[in-house]
Amino acid sequence: MIQILSIFRREFSGYFSTPIAYVFIVIFLFLNCIFTFFLGDIYARGQADLEPFFTWHPWLYLFLVPALAMRLWSEERRVGTVELLMTLPVTVWQAVLGKYLAAWAFTGIALMLTFPVWITVNYLGDPDNGVVIAAYIGSFLMAGAYLAIGACISALTKNQVIAFVVAVVVCFLFTITGLPMVTNLFSSWAPQAVIETISSLSFVTNFQNISRGVIDARNLVYFASLIVFWLFVNTLVVGNRDGA
Amino acid sequence: MTALIEVGSVSKQFGSIRAVDSVSFTVNRGEVLGFLGPNGAGKSTTMRIITGFLTPTSGSASVCGYDLAEEGIAARARLGYLPEGSPLYGEMTALEFLRFTASVRGLSTSKVAERIKWVVGQLGLGPVLAQPIETLSKGFKRRVGLAQSVLHDPDVLILDEPTDGLDPNQKHEVRGLIRTMSAHKAIIISTHLLEEVDAVCTRAMVINHGKVIVDCTPDELASMSRYRNAVTVCASTSSGGDLRVTLEGLAGVSSVEHVPKATVSNRFIAFPKDGKSIVGEVTRHLQEKGWEIEELEVDGGRLDEVFRDLTTTGSAKKPLH
Ligand SMILES: Nc1ncnc2c1ncn2[C@@H]1O[C@H](COP(=O)(O)OP(=O)(O)OP(=O)(O)O)[C@@H](O)[C@H]1O
Ligand SMILES: [Mg+2]
Repeated sequence: MIQILSIFRREFSGYFSTPIAYVFIVIFLFLNCIFTFFLGDIYARGQADLEPFFTWHPWLYLFLVPALAMRLWSEERRVGTVELLMTLPVTVWQAVLGKYLAAWAFTGIALMLTFPVWITVNYLGDPDNGVVIAAYIGSFLMAGAYLAIGACISALTKNQVIAFVVAVVVCFLFTITGLPMVTNLFSSWAPQAVIETISSLSFVTNFQNISRGVIDARNLVYFASLIVFWLFVNTLVVGNRDGA
Repeated sequence: MTALIEVGSVSKQFGSIRAVDSVSFTVNRGEVLGFLGPNGAGKSTTMRIITGFLTPTSGSASVCGYDLAEEGIAARARLGYLPEGSPLYGEMTALEFLRFTASVRGLSTSKVAERIKWVVGQLGLGPVLAQPIETLSKGFKRRVGLAQSVLHDPDVLILDEPTDGLDPNQKHEVRGLIRTMSAHKAIIISTHLLEEVDAVCTRAMVINHGKVIVDCTPDELASMSRYRNAVTVCASTSSGGDLRVTLEGLAGVSSVEHVPKATVSNRFIAFPKDGKSIVGEVTRHLQEKGWEIEELEVDGGRLDEVFRDLTTTGSAKKPLH
């Protein structure tokens, strides 16, 4: 436990001793504002909710989270500190979890810093705050899932650019599977059950369900099992160091 | 006494490269084992297996009786390791970094303060403690890496080229530190500096192409040199006679070579037969001739020559006497 905590602390404070933290947070907030207030046109809807704000989160995370995740392991491999880390008395799981949780906590902070949007909506109208909280939880879980993918892929290469690009592609697949443009491809010939299965694998579908205010166990299990799966693969990759 | 490090017929295959080829040895408390060998010999790979960073293709390694494959955590808790090139987290300060490794290792707060103080004193890290590691000079980075490896006072120390990049004073200090610690630990160092073997190691192991070629004391290693007990003399033969002919005539001498220096040309080196000491015989004969000895030097044996003989193909294996 102390090992996970120490690794977590080191990784987490690492974000703030480099410009990464500030750049990430500023860009995250900036893009959120643009999407919410201009593209989402939150005022014109005449409805006091945060849907225009949350709708864009999958697309924001698609690029920002792999950017955050790409250094998690590739940097350790490139510099060779992975040799230092993995010869300390820690298990692979502790290292993977400590680093992952640090990055996830960091995205949590970035997400929390969007609270002015929430305040604005409360000021302008009377939104259902239960729904908003559910959507925040959903968004945080979704960020965690993107991050687990990114972390795992960054363990596969020393090159951060490759880690970023591959993670974006994989994340993209998980994002679009539930969109009409994909389901339409199948709708003409595949049975309904298949289409539903495919779309139930989508980040967007699962996130939308939660952000409507219904926290369904299925959606939670979806994100949780996705995170566990990718972190599990992550430990396998980190554990096998022959290519290091 | 049980060995603190045990390596049992360990091999490591990287694709078609056999980096380590059935290597076996043990290291006891109080021993400092020096790994010698040309680039790519498999020194670092062997160390990575002992520290559990790499899993061997076959064979097993254990530290303090804990097998790296089965009880890796227990083994690594008793181990300090300086990886090759001393990789460090550049964005941390030296102090933050030492605190990090101490906390991962579960050292108590009071113990951490005490150990950091000790290690900072030993390695002269005081002035750079608050500096981000990436801004440190190469030698200081190496020292931070060393500090990390000894911070928790482990029973077993594995140091991959610990003095590489250090200035001569620091080399001296670090060797002193290794010697001081060696009484209570089992230590393995790898080095390309042959004088380091003499200075700190109780045992030397020459590795080539993943195989152990020689495992002996530094003195035994030196005794494989044809320079072992060779005598270099320079004498003024003004009273008549030839130095070279005289040396060649001695019973214990096998051959004589001319080794002129800038200012003196009457300077020879006499090689003994079977590495036996000949300095007594040489001085006695020169004095009998009434020649004035200007220089007399007995060789202990030249490690670089032994190293070359052992690790270059062709002339390998058989020690030269
Ligand atoms: N991850 C790896 N993948 C493939 N080959 C490797 C890997 N690591 C080491 N090798 C090969 O194994 C051999 C031994 O390498 P090693 O680093 O152990 O040598 P060394 O004795 O430490 O050399 P040096 O004195 O240069 O440090 C080399 O041929 C090297 O190319
Ligand atoms: Mg090496």
